[in-house]
Amino acid sequence: MLELINVSKRFNSDASPLFSGVSMKLAAGECVAIMGESGVGKSTLLNAIAGLEPFDGGRLMLEGVDIGQLDDDAFARLRRQRYGFVFQAFHILPHLSLVANVALPLWLLDVEGGEADRRARDMLAQVGLGGRADDWPRNLSGGELQRVAIARALVHRPALVLADEPTGNLDPERAAGVLELLLACIRSAGAVGIVVTHSEAAAARTDRVLRLTPTGLVATPAHA
Amino acid sequence: MSRALVRIFLASLLHRRLATALSLVAIALGVALGLTVQLIHAAALDEFGRGMRLLSGEADLQVVGPRGGFDDAVYFALAQREEVAAASPVLELDARLPDHEESLKVFGIDLFRVAAVSPNLMPVVDRSANEDERSSLVALREDAIFLSAAARARLGMNVGDKLAVQTGLREQQLTLRGGVPGAGMGQPIGMMDIAAAQKVFDRIGRLNRIDLRLKPGIDRDAARLALASSVPAGVSVLAPEAAESQATNLSRAYRVNLTMLAAIALLTGGFLVFSTQVLAVVRRRREFAFLRALGLSRRALFGGLLAEGAVLGLLGGLVGVVFAYVLTALAFRFVGGDLGAGYFAGVSPSLRFESLLSGVYLLLGGFAGLAGAWLPAREAASMLTARALRAGDEAQVFETRSRTGLAVAALALAAGLCLLPPLGGIPAFGYAAVLLILVGAVMLMPGAVRLGMRLFARGHSLTLRLAHARLAAMPGQTVVAGAGVVASVALAVSMAIMVSSFRDSVDDWLARVLPADLYVRASSSTASGYLDPEALRLVGALPGVARVQPVRFDTVRLADDRLATTLIARPMRGTAGLPLVSGTLEPALAAGQGDPVWISEAMADLQGLATGQQVDIPIAGRMYRFTVAGVWRDYARQHGALVMERDDYVRLSGDPLINDLAIELEPGVAVEPVMAALREAFGARAIELALPGEIRAISLRIFDRTFLVTYLMEAVAVLIGLFGIGTTFAALSASRRKEFGMLRHLGVMRGQVIRLVALEGALTAAVGLSVGMAAGGAIAWILVEVINRQSFHWSMDISVPLGALVVFGLALVALAGLTAALAGRQAMRQSAVLAVREDW
Repeated sequence: MLELINVSKRFNSDASPLFSGVSMKLAAGECVAIMGESGVGKSTLLNAIAGLEPFDGGRLMLEGVDIGQLDDDAFARLRRQRYGFVFQAFHILPHLSLVANVALPLWLLDVEGGEADRRARDMLAQVGLGGRADDWPRNLSGGELQRVAIARALVHRPALVLADEPTGNLDPERAAGVLELLLACIRSAGAVGIVVTHSEAAAARTDRVLRLTPTGLVATPAHA
Repeated sequence: MSRALVRIFLASLLHRRLATALSLVAIALGVALGLTVQLIHAAALDEFGRGMRLLSGEADLQVVGPRGGFDDAVYFALAQREEVAAASPVLELDARLPDHEESLKVFGIDLFRVAAVSPNLMPVVDRSANEDERSSLVALREDAIFLSAAARARLGMNVGDKLAVQTGLREQQLTLRGGVPGAGMGQPIGMMDIAAAQKVFDRIGRLNRIDLRLKPGIDRDAARLALASSVPAGVSVLAPEAAESQATNLSRAYRVNLTMLAAIALLTGGFLVFSTQVLAVVRRRREFAFLRALGLSRRALFGGLLAEGAVLGLLGGLVGVVFAYVLTALAFRFVGGDLGAGYFAGVSPSLRFESLLSGVYLLLGGFAGLAGAWLPAREAASMLTARALRAGDEAQVFETRSRTGLAVAALALAAGLCLLPPLGGIPAFGYAAVLLILVGAVMLMPGAVRLGMRLFARGHSLTLRLAHARLAAMPGQTVVAGAGVVASVALAVSMAIMVSSFRDSVDDWLARVLPADLYVRASSSTASGYLDPEALRLVGALPGVARVQPVRFDTVRLADDRLATTLIARPMRGTAGLPLVSGTLEPALAAGQGDPVWISEAMADLQGLATGQQVDIPIAGRMYRFTVAGVWRDYARQHGALVMERDDYVRLSGDPLINDLAIELEPGVAVEPVMAALREAFGARAIELALPGEIRAISLRIFDRTFLVTYLMEAVAVLIGLFGIGTTFAALSASRRKEFGMLRHLGVMRGQVIRLVALEGALTAAVGLSVGMAAGGAIAWILVEVINRQSFHWSMDISVPLGALVVFGLALVALAGLTAALAGRQAMRQSAVLAVREDW
């Protein structure tokens, strides 16, 4: 489904690369965790996969197509269709109701209003917020907001879900529940999930844990 | 606190320089415009009052009559009264100068009496130029005239020079024999011996003023009443200061009108402070929460934010005060002291520092800033600290409660105030209604946004949906961004409708009062030129002339406390040319009802008269009863005018003279040969010819010049409103970077985000525009039906410049969209990756 071949990134042309030789291959329904030291480039790698950060070398293949060379607008269109995001700070729009927040990706895809609404409500029900679809973000706790974000990330049935520290703003108890939900949703949708995290506990729930180093991704022993 | 105040609060003004500068400019403009109007009028009134006091000298009482004057027997009778210590007779007139555009105010005085009452008017013979003459008697010569320094400068004359003056159609030469040192620099006047003046200007045996000094110990009010009972009808005995206040009251309404316009500009400035402070409070919400957590008290937070507004307002006020003096100096130099309205024509005021006025306007600036900062400061002080520390809480500020009920109450109160009469001649309740409408309109904004969003289809596109959702959920954002737009659009629209109504009505009025093909006169109606029955006969006999209508102008005094009313005597039966608003031109009056008069709207208002009522009018020293046959519209004479049949006037007054002739030509006759024949008959220097088209064009040009100040104020107000949208969206876009970053992650393109912000800007402007236009329409109605009616006593037909308003509206919405788009573009410069990370 998703394949990275020798991807490298440097910030200045004359500086040494942030990372290089990053390769991995992920199958549909597979969830991996990417860990590493602070500043090693985990989020940069995630953004490069999302087309939000250019990379300097290597290839990026999604469903057999090289997407590394797409321009800004083409990548934006691809993200609409095939990507889902979960952020550490949730980024739920305060002026949209929960159902409208979740329907946002469907609006982007021009899904008809009634259909978008129905699918967003179904998705909210899946994340356990079915009864609160018309509520407003200000009335929700952090854990609940992240559930809405998960619903938003998956409502348009993306091929790839990228999550950057999805539990970083939550207490451990809630974090476990939210991560469980995220992984279950990704798996049941048959998507590929990449979770960037510092949390060993979170990483342990994924199918594989990869550690990012300046010279590439290294599989950790526990999951090797 | 003082350190915190400076470091945290006042320093923040420097951080947001653009928004601070715009608020400051808005307040400065409001203060500058208001203070300029006051300074110009204070100086003009001062100079005018000085002139009046100079002319009345040490008089305890003044006896005044119609412009045509009264018999000098009144003087002899009064001079012998036991209350009177000294009496000085005066013949005051405007001399037509054939060699100059403007006429000259000439006083004929009794050189032996004037020193005892009005020593300032004493002419002084220039002995150096009259060495060979017996100088003490030079002043008594028939051709001797004395000019004040201002008059000499204006006419460019030296002692010994000749000055041509015109009486009727006759031209005579006077010789400049000296000056009037007591007149000071500002008064362009001429002095003659009264006997000489009576002879030169054909006013033998006539006076129009007597200055009286009472004996010591005489009670002035008692003497005034006693003397008033012995003068003929139409002659009044007044205290000099009453005459002065009558004259200055005339310009008061105009002054108040301009001041109110400036006040609306200041209000717009206050709204802009409100907008920038709300946004600053939103952006700094977590900073304030953090400070609160550190121990800053609610009161200190509130006070600090108020101080920001007050400092902004005071700085704006200071800049405005300085700017006002610059504007005033420029106005004196290029326009004169009358602001284009002609109340103080001829007066040359000088600029002086007015400490009290300046202080008041400085404080008004501070107050506008304080008022604008009040609500945002209250909002910030009342926030829940723990909640505000969380991201996303900012949105709460924009979830404004609906104040539709309050708004409706304000509008209803405004409607009620419109029914109340003026306070001391000033439409105070009308102005209060305007203010209430503005406040009500701004309070209606949240409701208007909700209604607008309901009417405005959500559409299918993402940008439409998102813009719709945001505006519907956060009407407060529209209130903040749109308040300035509402105020400025309301001001611009109301002034546009009022000016358009006024202009169309004046144009229509001019067409109706100028029905003839050609007009001829010897001078303006107030000056010394005139025509006589022989001239009327001569003009009527010219080939091509079908009909000639003679018009005579004089004044009558109907009450001691009012300025003289203009009397117009002209043929009425079987003619048109009087724009009646009620009554008829052909009244069928029974015997005993007297002759008919047609009174202007101002006279009807001031005297409390209506069609069908009877009125006593003094003519040639006797009181006659007339019946009001109709009320007509008159834009020329704010203090009132009445029209009567010329035949009636001649019969009652014995005055056969004529000021204007309205000439109707036979069909197919060209006007140029008739004009040439008139010039040949009377001499080109002696008469003034005017075509109705020219008079209309000149009148409308003067009209447009008078309203130039208004147009400028409108443009400034709209510009400020637009800047308001620009700064609001710049600040909003900056605070929404995270949202935009998230949208970019979801696959929204850069252009779509910019379009979203542009659309929100345009929608905000559209709602502000709609509310502003509705408010502007209501304010225009108040301006036309209440304020103009009560200030100037004239009615007009409302005329809406629809085309111009549509273009203005579309341009405003487009510009608002553009400024918002620029703000969005700026916000999108930051990478989407950084934006979603940004915590603060």
